[in-house]
Amino acid sequence: MYEHDVIVVGGGGAGLRAAIAAQEEGADVAIVTKLHPVRSHTGAAEGGINAALREGDDWELHAYDTMKGSDYLGDAPAIETLAQDAPEEVFQIEHWGMPFSREEDGRVSQRPFGGLSFPRTTYAGAETGHHLLHTMYEQVVKRGIQVYDEWYVMDLAVTDEETPEERSCHGIVAYDVQSGEIAGFKANDGVILATGGPGQAFDHTTNAVACTGDGYAMAYRAGVPMEDMEFVQFHPTTLPSTGVLISEGVRGEGGILYNADGERFMFEHGYANNDGELASRDVVSRAELTEVNAGRGFEDEYVMLDMRHLGEERIVDRLENILHLAEDFEGVDGLKEPMPVKPGQHYEMGGIETDENGHTCIDGLYAAGETACVSVHGANRLGGNALPELIVFGARAGKHAAGGDLGEAQIETGERGDIEYDETELPYQPGEVGMDTGPSGGVAADGGAVAADADAVVEREVEAQRERVSTLMERDEGVQHSQIRADLQKTMTQNVNVFREEEGLKQALRDIREIREAYQDVYVDDPSRTFNTDLQQTIETRNLIDVAETITLGALVRTEFRGAHWRAEHQERKDDEWLKHTLVGWNDGDPTIFYRPTILEGENKTYEPKERSY
Amino acid sequence: MSTQVPETETETETETEPAGESHQERRMTEKAAKREYRDAQKKAEQELRAAEESVHLKVFRYDPEVEDKQEPRFDDFYVPYTKGMTVLDALMYARDHYDASLTFRHSCRQAVCGSDAMFVNGRQRLCCKTQLSEMAEPVRIEPLPHQDVVKDLVVDMEHFYDQMHAVEPYFQSEDVPKEEQRQSRENREKIKMSTRCIWCGACMSSCNIAAGDNEYLGPAAINKAYRFYMDEREDEEELKEHRLRILEQEHGVWRCQTQFSCTEVCPKDIPLTEHIQELKREAVKNNLKFW
Repeated sequence: MYEHDVIVVGGGGAGLRAAIAAQEEGADVAIVTKLHPVRSHTGAAEGGINAALREGDDWELHAYDTMKGSDYLGDAPAIETLAQDAPEEVFQIEHWGMPFSREEDGRVSQRPFGGLSFPRTTYAGAETGHHLLHTMYEQVVKRGIQVYDEWYVMDLAVTDEETPEERSCHGIVAYDVQSGEIAGFKANDGVILATGGPGQAFDHTTNAVACTGDGYAMAYRAGVPMEDMEFVQFHPTTLPSTGVLISEGVRGEGGILYNADGERFMFEHGYANNDGELASRDVVSRAELTEVNAGRGFEDEYVMLDMRHLGEERIVDRLENILHLAEDFEGVDGLKEPMPVKPGQHYEMGGIETDENGHTCIDGLYAAGETACVSVHGANRLGGNALPELIVFGARAGKHAAGGDLGEAQIETGERGDIEYDETELPYQPGEVGMDTGPSGGVAADGGAVAADADAVVEREVEAQRERVSTLMERDEGVQHSQIRADLQKTMTQNVNVFREEEGLKQALRDIREIREAYQDVYVDDPSRTFNTDLQQTIETRNLIDVAETITLGALVRTEFRGAHWRAEHQERKDDEWLKHTLVGWNDGDPTIFYRPTILEGENKTYEPKERSY
Repeated sequence: MSTQVPETETETETETEPAGESHQERRMTEKAAKREYRDAQKKAEQELRAAEESVHLKVFRYDPEVEDKQEPRFDDFYVPYTKGMTVLDALMYARDHYDASLTFRHSCRQAVCGSDAMFVNGRQRLCCKTQLSEMAEPVRIEPLPHQDVVKDLVVDMEHFYDQMHAVEPYFQSEDVPKEEQRQSRENREKIKMSTRCIWCGACMSSCNIAAGDNEYLGPAAINKAYRFYMDEREDEEELKEHRLRILEQEHGVWRCQTQFSCTEVCPKDIPLTEHIQELKREAVKNNLKFW
């Protein structure tokens, strides 16, 4: 068994920042990641990092834009924390050497971005995430923080009291991908989940193959509610053939969208009369699909994004990476031709329910970054707000886990406080199907007998995971994970996409149920313990099933249109009824759905929900 | 191998475990039997595919733990071709449809994570940005040369990471202003290309010197050092001296013989050789000894 004070799961932006913060607080920290940190998908982020740095801008404007962008579903304490901490965090990474693009006077450049009232998006070309990731990894190397790279975390070691709020997390169980060794990792002070997004639940996504929602699923099964999972961001500009992201920076710099009739539809069809292409992402994605569905798309699939008029010099200076991507993955020269684009799954606004210090309702369990839901983004994330989220809340989670004082959190977590339960009729009972190939339901059952002994809790989970792997490996026929994953992606892409209808959502739930049943017969074909990606992907697929179900459940019960969540039968935002977060609790395999009111009271003002127009 | 492929799968019984027998061995034997049957099926399927428009891959296979893969070999896969298909797409197809044990690293699919550098048709390339249409058939896919093979197309990257870490690749200056440090556009431009490195290891694998001298820092690590040495935000004389001392040691910049192979294969077009030469110049200018 390995032992550290703080264990960070995931080596992307949030994980690295959390590890550095925990170490600065004096903790012995380790990062456990299924990739090597520099392979994390933070590296693919392009656009930039929002922070109010300049004369004429301030954190309150940033907070207001974020709240408006969230369609009034973000929690004010979280949003204001993001806006207040972002400038300091941006200066911090600049001090660590981040190669930001620069103004004539040598200061960090900022550009306009969707939904912002001030050009506050700092950037490093169109490869901001790559530089952020590498800059932070460099600091991890400098500090000698231990990294267990290519160790796949399979589950958390959590005690099993009756309710999640009484449980504590004592560590994790992981296996060394290279050797197959399964080992326990005991965390004396805390485990921080920073595992990124769940894009692999969809088949057209900007997310990496590694974005399989592991953190969500592990926390969910341990008893932490999944918050607002129905809010999935579809980025309006991804390449049709691959889902590769074309940064919002293209529109930020002045790129335009047009349809097959040559119309600049954002204006000409009235989707966003003021901001046009720079409306928020949910608005632009829906506009594009509406155009395509009306027969005004190219090849019934995509629209065009044109940046030629910006001129070669500016494009090469600020968007060079986009030229490479368009050329390599679509065979298009962005200097001479427009680029085909269509919406693709990009970001999960919801996630593991945490407070503004990254803490979940389980003692010693934290989450930060895309996998967490504080909630900063509410129903729709603004471009340029994901990277500050990583560093702001990564730093807070790291500091808090290591015992640093951040003051009392204002956001409540878990099944307590001001909550109400949902009464929706579901087409079937979601959740558990004979879990013999699954994790141990998240927690073992001994009535809390070993709760006091952290070693025993970790050991017990190691045993459970060893058994799980044996079961998967010993089966020599059945169904393969690749088939199951393809089926899952198909139903999610068909039914839980930009436009959602009740019948489609119910169909998705029925499909997921069948997929769960199929998973009972999943087997690992590769008999080797050496670098067995077949085994790893089989476990990841189980995580995707759990995550996909929470997304679909949330989408079905929320009978309104807010932010990224569009419902055919419910075409308006219903503030009287729905200014509340959706929460899905695993409840030992018998999921419960409940709600908690959104917090609109900020430090100096209360945010009033208004009609959102761009 | 039998060519008679049974129509239906035979029922399997769940077995109870006899005590004492080597569990792993038994498992392997059973799997081998099942595999033979499935191989026959796949072979039949592949022959069918070969008749349609497909791409022929020849993929290196090796697994120290599995008996029939302990001796390295090449497997043939016929993958149905679709427009815009990359080498990575083809590998994924082969793995998901023919052989789940086919192993390779990959993640982002868009040339930024640096996971899938391999030796494709005799050259180091990132599979995700290599179009199949530009490759002669059969497309030969091997692990990166000059590195230990862990399994199939996966190589051990530890040595590469060690070399990267050896150049102290991080800002060390403690003296920072409250706000951002200033950096001129010219200076950012100067370091821009060097900051694009994605640690894929293609350059190191292509370098003859690195192949013969395990201690040579190698192009990627030297380029990383260049990125810090040239950054004006950290121009303290002492620090620069310190960085140069690391670079001009026996296995540093002077080992480079300007063959340009690293520059040729770099998927990010970083002028690696040029950067190494610039640092040689710095070392001379600094009037320090060299070997």
